[in-house]
Amino acid sequence: MVLSELHKGDTAEIIRLNADKMLRDRLASFGILPGEHVVIRECSLARQTIEVEVGATAIALRKDEADKIEVSSD
Amino acid sequence: MKKIMVALAGQPNVGKSSLVNAVSNARLKVGNFSGVTVDKTEVEFVYRDSRRDADYEIHIIDLPGAYSLTEYTIEEKVTKQFLRNDDYDIIVNVVDATNLQRNLLLTTQLMETGRKMIVVLNMMDEAEEEGIEIDAGQLSRILGVPVIKASAARGEGVNALKEAIVDVYEKPQTTAKVIYSDAIEEEIARIVAFFEEKHYQSPIPYRQLAVRLLQEDTDWYKQMHDEPIWIELLPVLREGLEHIYLHHDTKDLDAIFADEHFAFAKGAKMEVMALHSMRARNPTQKIDKLLINKFLGIPLFLFFMWALFQLTFTLGAVPMDWIDAGFSWLGEQAHAVLGDGVLGQVVSDGIIAGVGAVVMFLPNIVILFLGIALLETTGYMARVAFLLDGFFHKFGLHGKSFIPLVTGFGCTVPAYMAARTLKNERERLITLFILGFMSCGARLPIYVLFAGAFFGQEHAGNILFLIYISGALLGLVMAKALKTFVFKGEEEPFVMEMPRYRWPSWRLIWHTVYGQALSYLKKAGTFILAASILVWFASNYPKSETVAATYAAKIEHAVTSEAKERLRNEAISAQLEQSYLGRIGKATEPFFVPLGFDWRMSVALEAGLAAKEVVVSTLGVLYAQGESADETNGGLIEALRSSIPLPAAIAFIVFVMIYLPCFAASAVFTREAGGWKYLVYLFAFTTSTAWMLSFVAYHVTRMITGG
Repeated sequence: MVLSELHKGDTAEIIRLNADKMLRDRLASFGILPGEHVVIRECSLARQTIEVEVGATAIALRKDEADKIEVSSD
Repeated sequence: MKKIMVALAGQPNVGKSSLVNAVSNARLKVGNFSGVTVDKTEVEFVYRDSRRDADYEIHIIDLPGAYSLTEYTIEEKVTKQFLRNDDYDIIVNVVDATNLQRNLLLTTQLMETGRKMIVVLNMMDEAEEEGIEIDAGQLSRILGVPVIKASAARGEGVNALKEAIVDVYEKPQTTAKVIYSDAIEEEIARIVAFFEEKHYQSPIPYRQLAVRLLQEDTDWYKQMHDEPIWIELLPVLREGLEHIYLHHDTKDLDAIFADEHFAFAKGAKMEVMALHSMRARNPTQKIDKLLINKFLGIPLFLFFMWALFQLTFTLGAVPMDWIDAGFSWLGEQAHAVLGDGVLGQVVSDGIIAGVGAVVMFLPNIVILFLGIALLETTGYMARVAFLLDGFFHKFGLHGKSFIPLVTGFGCTVPAYMAARTLKNERERLITLFILGFMSCGARLPIYVLFAGAFFGQEHAGNILFLIYISGALLGLVMAKALKTFVFKGEEEPFVMEMPRYRWPSWRLIWHTVYGQALSYLKKAGTFILAASILVWFASNYPKSETVAATYAAKIEHAVTSEAKERLRNEAISAQLEQSYLGRIGKATEPFFVPLGFDWRMSVALEAGLAAKEVVVSTLGVLYAQGESADETNGGLIEALRSSIPLPAAIAFIVFVMIYLPCFAASAVFTREAGGWKYLVYLFAFTTSTAWMLSFVAYHVTRMITGG
């Protein structure tokens, strides 16, 4: 499954990033890398934007980006 | 005295600027990195090192915040290029102690530059409150660079940092060492051994060169390519890379090294950091429960915005009145001292009025920027983007675009400046281009005048609402169009940190607001001053002696004082008609004829390029109602109604809604967009849109009214 399918409060392990170099670099600089765990903290009203927590960092993503992050639910 | 150049680098929101402030009381020099609108803050001071009994001139350059040395944002690009190409002695890497692991990612990349380096663990006070303990000595041993605990907010660790800067400066070379996984370390060792065997004369240490080559650094490949050693080095490298690929199960070196950096950062954190208490880490999550709540988030945000604009435009109106009164008084004094001759007029009506018009905006700018600085430094701005991005993204904008767009309804000048909060170049440019469609406060009198004259007072309110709403909608549609046809291309991803909420540092906010106010006065001021003198000149010269003489005689013969007043107004009108501005208006009339405008309306529109307030006063002069005419002037309303047909009036409103904002705004736009060519584009874009839509409005109204 992908990150955008999760709901508020869910946790998951990142399996793979199906992203191009630019996005992967960006995600990596926030610590979003395979093997790390994420928590979904909040979704916006139309689920267009979601907030996740990785390590001690809270990150906002668009649905488009969250679609590219493969996870397995914990 | 030795001069030490320090490059201050760190991720966003780690308190770099506060640290600069804590290190030195010297005034900050704010400039731009060449070619981009990224602020470059520098500070220099003399430090007396009593241990060495020597003085050092320390020069700190505060680089823009970067999460990593990639080129994702302009800030990251600027930082990367500076670190690679510019002249400096030491990197001081500021690290947020409450988020060690992510911050150490950048640290590893900085260590790979091979420069001398110091790590500052900032926000130690916050970290301790959260029960985070960091063994700075151990971290220093792992990284191979000095690590200093500090708290910029409390001024702790500042002296230790200064001492460390001098110590590191006096050392011959960096001792920084990133440790990679065994597979890579093995290959590094193999290449280093090869260099040693060959006694190769390397400009940088062998280990560093080996890492560069394994990372396929283009510059170093170019350089090594011309060395005789290259032919023997090649097979060693090839074999090394093959081993690494095999081990990592991919041939993507970027991904391999991203993993390596991450592993190093994570490993370092695990070794040096201990979390003592499981106390609720910080109030951020609690606050966010409310502020980015699905249902409450947006209403709360709208309330904050409403409060900010109330403050900006009501509180700002008070000093604006003072400034206005002050400059009027100054103008009168100039008239009194210099007489009513040409000099008196240039100084009073040209220079003083022009400068006054610039300074007038200052209270608005200061209050609004205080508000925006608060939103940014507390961390709320990121929440705004989170809340609104879903909607604005559909139109090619960013959630943060909301703030400049709403500001635009007040005044376009601060709105253009507020667009700085957008970090993505394309989204920023789209926002800048459509900002003029948000009708500013200065256009209101024109709308009030025309709505009152042609739709009657009872409908004026609805018409005004319609004007503002259709302007905003047009802006969104145009944003989409610009995004689709002009600023097209691969969309940039949206991955943004939601920083913790923090109390703002008032000193820092003061610096930001002060800097912005000053740069506005300096840059926009000089240009607007020149432009307003030009407009004043064009509307006053050449003066026709015959017109003056004819009217003087007529006024002489007039019986009633009313007739005299009317003749005086006619004289002004006649003078304006044959002035340069009048001539330009007449010359450009053919351009406006398809829209139903006569030369008077053309002149008013062109004068409106200087400032929108001028449109009404120019119409007043041209329809011979005197210069003091305003939108509530019954005579002017009557004159407009009798001489302008309804379709032309509607076309005029549409044109005013869309065409280029005033000189002040255009000057600011040019600076913010990054060059004159953008002003040319904006002029072409707004004028053609205004013309076409006015044309449509004119003909549609004619068809409906059968006129």
